Amino acid sequence: MDKVMSNKKMIALYVLPSLLLILAVVYIPIVLTGYYGLNEWNGIGSMKFVGLDNYATLIKDATFWDSAKHSLLLAVFSALSLIVYLAIAMVLAAKLKGANLFRKIYLIPMLLSSVAIAQLWLKIYHPTSGIMNSFLESLGVDNPPAWLAEPSLVLFALFIPILWQYAGFYILIYYAALKNIPTSLEEAAKIDGATSLQIAYKIKLPLVMEVIKVTIVLAVVGSLKYFDLIYVMTDGGPNGASEVMASYMYHTAFRAYDFGYGSAIGFALLIICLVATWIIRKLTVTKETIQYS
Amino acid sequence: MMSVGQVDAGAMSPKTAFARKIGYAILYIVLIVVAVLQLFPLVWLLLFSLKNNQEVFNLPPFALPSHPKWENYQKVWEAGNIDRYFFNSVWLTVASTALTVVLASLVTYAITRMKWKGSSLVLGLFMVAMMIPVHSTLIPLFSMFNKVHLTDSPVSLILTYVAFNMPITIMILLGFYYALPKEVEEAAVIDGCSVNRMFFRIVLPMTSSVLATTAIINMIYNWNEFIFVNTFISSDSLKTLTVGVQNFIGQYTTDWGAIGATLMISILPILITFLFLSDRIVEGIAAGSVKG
Repeated sequence: MDKVMSNKKMIALYVLPSLLLILAVVYIPIVLTGYYGLNEWNGIGSMKFVGLDNYATLIKDATFWDSAKHSLLLAVFSALSLIVYLAIAMVLAAKLKGANLFRKIYLIPMLLSSVAIAQLWLKIYHPTSGIMNSFLESLGVDNPPAWLAEPSLVLFALFIPILWQYAGFYILIYYAALKNIPTSLEEAAKIDGATSLQIAYKIKLPLVMEVIKVTIVLAVVGSLKYFDLIYVMTDGGPNGASEVMASYMYHTAFRAYDFGYGSAIGFALLIICLVATWIIRKLTVTKETIQYS
Repeated sequence: MMSVGQVDAGAMSPKTAFARKIGYAILYIVLIVVAVLQLFPLVWLLLFSLKNNQEVFNLPPFALPSHPKWENYQKVWEAGNIDRYFFNSVWLTVASTALTVVLASLVTYAITRMKWKGSSLVLGLFMVAMMIPVHSTLIPLFSMFNKVHLTDSPVSLILTYVAFNMPITIMILLGFYYALPKEVEEAAVIDGCSVNRMFFRIVLPMTSSVLATTAIINMIYNWNEFIFVNTFISSDSLKTLTVGVQNFIGQYTTDWGAIGATLMISILPILITFLFLSDRIVEGIAAGSVKG
């Protein structure tokens, strides 16, 4: 067995195609992004090496920091919304009839493309014929806002479809984690006189902490690189009020043809995502992993 | 609060039983409100896809049209390249998914069964790749594909789709491969079975259920992909539904029925698949949840 399974040729045949592909499509490009960032380049002509000029500009670029701030705001909103998802998942996991159907219904928006979701929500926010303002008018609100045209509201307005899209996804993850907790624990606690709220807070929450950590990373990093929906709905507007890091990179490279500076933004995005992942992991480190079995 | 209904009702006084029923009802109301919020936008989309502009502007949002305007669907299907985009989406999704699942199975097999130095390093490379934002690779990928004349070619899309979905696919497969009993394979080796024969004839069929799970999440990601098509592809005839729909809708900004019908056409395949395979999709999404 060992002899057959350590044949070098076979191993190469099984591993190399995928390994080369991932090196070429994922790893070489991130190194190149950093390198392109050291150049002045319009994407077509020859590159001119300018050292750290682009990165120096980036640090002083108010537009970049605004876009980073918008991305960060979305990340904070997304992380906070996890609390609601966790609460809903706890309700679902409490042996309610129809829980399976509910979590499937919640998941539907997550399956649709961000472009379709963006186009649908453009219509929902339509100032006169969209359901958002029809609903507000039926509640007696005079002159409801033109959501996507108001710089002060646009990020919040963009966050609602994001919430709509991902709610089912996080509820599903939490539900699966909660269902993994052995019921004997809950029964034992109940015999000892614990209330449902105590069981939720003192027993279930610590047991799904690992999953909560993963979802915080997912929500934060996912928001930091958010692109499709914003690109379609507002394209960073009005007047840059919803520009995020990924859209700023895209505009710089593929609209302004400044590939050097665009790459520097792309590299900054990579670093910020990795640092965010690292910080969250550090902050949420639990001193002891709890094992009940 | 969370566990109403689990306690033996006989042990409760009528008063607490009543309180529990109320609590139950409140929980259901919360769940139903969330379900309605998740579904209403889609119901509204279906309704306005069957209306003309006059009905959209004058009727209440959730009123039915006097008679459904199915011609909206016919109009957009014939007017744009929607059928072309649709076909491109289908074959790109199928080809990339098949390639990803086969390549990832080969790698997972080599990592879990074969003995070689560097296997944990290679696994690490695949796992770390999951944390890399696709946007940071976009500009170099564009210029690399440009150099080898692969921009505006479906090959560029297949290569990127396969590469970016490979890590999550391997991750899901790994757990399954580790749990797979090795006795069958050992017996096969003793009988003189070659590695290839063993992999394709014995291992691959044994993993068919997890393959289906990974294939489904791959399909959803590929079907919905936007930024790579939008960046690499310039010919209209090569675009997929996501980008095609985006451009096509741009021409119909004021025709609500046409926009609604286009969006419905683009989401229907996913909705129909979900109707039949919801359990598997739920399972796949839960398994693949570490991907952002």
